[in-house]
Amino acid sequence: MRRLSQHALFWPAATLLLLLAVSALFNGSFLKISWQDGHLYGNIIDILNRAAPLIVVSLGMTLVIAVRGLDISVGAVAALSATVAALLVGGAFNAGGEVASDNPLFVALGAALAVAALCGLWNGLLVVKAGMQPIVATLILMVAGRGIAQLLTGGQIITVYYPPYFTLGNGFLLGIPVALWITAAAFVLLHLAITRTALGLFIRSIGGNPEAARVAGVRSSAISLCVYTFCGLAAGMAGLILSSNVKSADANSAGQLLELDAILAVTLGGTALTGGRFTLAGTVLGALIIQTLTSMIYSLGVPTEVNLVVKALLVFAVMLLQSREFRALVAKVLRPGHARREGAP
Amino acid sequence: MPLCITVLLFVGMAAFGGIRYGGFLSPQVFLNLFIDNAFLLVVAVGMTFVILSGGIDLSVGALIALSTMVAATLLDAGWNPYAAMVAVLLLGGAFGAAQGFLIQRFGLAPFIVTLAGMFLARGCCYLINTESIPIVDSTFSGIAQARIPVGGGASLTIGAAVAVLVVLAAMRLAHSTEFGRTVYAIGGAEPSARLMGLAVDSAKIKVYLLSGLLAAMGGLLMTFYMLSGYSLHAVGLELDAIAAVVIGGTLLAGGVGYVAGTLFGVLILGIIQTLIAFEGTLSSWWTKIVVGALLLLFCLLQRLFEGRLRKTA
Repeated sequence: MRRLSQHALFWPAATLLLLLAVSALFNGSFLKISWQDGHLYGNIIDILNRAAPLIVVSLGMTLVIAVRGLDISVGAVAALSATVAALLVGGAFNAGGEVASDNPLFVALGAALAVAALCGLWNGLLVVKAGMQPIVATLILMVAGRGIAQLLTGGQIITVYYPPYFTLGNGFLLGIPVALWITAAAFVLLHLAITRTALGLFIRSIGGNPEAARVAGVRSSAISLCVYTFCGLAAGMAGLILSSNVKSADANSAGQLLELDAILAVTLGGTALTGGRFTLAGTVLGALIIQTLTSMIYSLGVPTEVNLVVKALLVFAVMLLQSREFRALVAKVLRPGHARREGAP
Repeated sequence: MPLCITVLLFVGMAAFGGIRYGGFLSPQVFLNLFIDNAFLLVVAVGMTFVILSGGIDLSVGALIALSTMVAATLLDAGWNPYAAMVAVLLLGGAFGAAQGFLIQRFGLAPFIVTLAGMFLARGCCYLINTESIPIVDSTFSGIAQARIPVGGGASLTIGAAVAVLVVLAAMRLAHSTEFGRTVYAIGGAEPSARLMGLAVDSAKIKVYLLSGLLAAMGGLLMTFYMLSGYSLHAVGLELDAIAAVVIGGTLLAGGVGYVAGTLFGVLILGIIQTLIAFEGTLSSWWTKIVVGALLLLFCLLQRLFEGRLRKTA
């Protein structure tokens, strides 16, 4: 039991299971998964589907935080990428009542992702080459990104009429939501890159001690640049899923607070904000915790206003559990005689 | 030196406005910068202290909203308006101090603590009421409408006057008190400040207490300005405050900066909006793009400045 509770994923997994158990307790059919209209259906599937954009962004954020960075521009980048895609796809009813797109779908999606990756590269250049603090460097794009997106759309919400565009956020493949396939692919690819190549080791060493990593011959600037670019790309993908889900792109409100939820998911998952220690699986659990909490609050019929307060209290609780000083204090209160041993680092 | 650039930029923008539009350089247009940005100015001053100490406070926007809600609700419940104001200020101070305590006592990251504080404050707003609460109290509307003539036909609101007083008091607090010097020392190097025997722990808590208190005061000023309490007031204001502090030449790493710089940072944000309003055809999103570009410019300048400092040292 003691070894189990020491495992990095113990607390996030326990929190998630607790939330699911509480939901199931109040709503008997909560855990039920059924097969309807040729695809999986149920609360769990719904949570996974809705959590998809957050998971994708949080995976990128995990790596950025692991190299001692932070990206608070992901919400704005998501909005920008959604806007680019929606503008390029466009779509209007032609004579036959069919909807044609202005540009081929893959061109639109490719352009949107390219813009997002460029945004990530820009953030990376500011942090790595110009040596800015990550919060400030990405604050620039966070402020300006939405402005640029609104400039492109003229402040309007762009509605998309071209049905194939809706697949990303609403479609199913083999009975499973397409968004979930994308998320799973992103996770598996990253996991392989981290565990089967030296990339994971390099990222950990940069986060642990950037100077030592550089001296040891790790190409830290190139790796950090790649990590920021990937985070931008992930934000762009999340933006596409979100906008495809609502069949439109709103430059002002798409991906609002996404950066905060992503950082929250990463923290809840057990990744250290100080860099070095990170866990991709923990991040996925963290994102699922956030979405389960939201769905639970909806399904319990609790006023949605409570959501933010509960989220805040949860963050405080998780933060305190992760704090060495707090654990030492608790140990001191519970077992005064053992305080010294428990408090040691 | 960054401060000089900030001031020059402000003067340059004002001159540009004066050449381009008649009536731009009137005293009232200048004073309106203070009137329209009074709450931002007060909050940005609190943020300056937090950033000088090497921290950050993301909860201020939400705390402003909570202050407007609490003020409006207390007035609705028949409280004495002055008692309501004191209650709001106490609440803000306590909220900030609690965050400071968590940061100091348990060594938590300011970013995450104040992020959770932001969720908590906004959430409490929604718990109180999801609708906007109008304020009909005669004292509040009296304060909102009162004008202080400053000569030449121009005038200030009470809110703007309070903001100016806060800036003056903060300048004194930062540059000629023990607390102010301690804040600079913590931002410069916390272990050194500790070794010097400075009261680091209490100063760290006080910094967040001050930020919470000033956010509550900003909330009251916003209540005078809007005459309503609403949970969606001041969304994203924390970013404006941080941007104003950075444009004002304060280093986000802490330890270097001036309260006066923040004043000009806020004035620059204000004058961008005034210029766009005078232009008439430009849309509001240009504000975001220009602010982003200015942030970039100032950060690059700061890096350049730091580099040169290191070479001469």
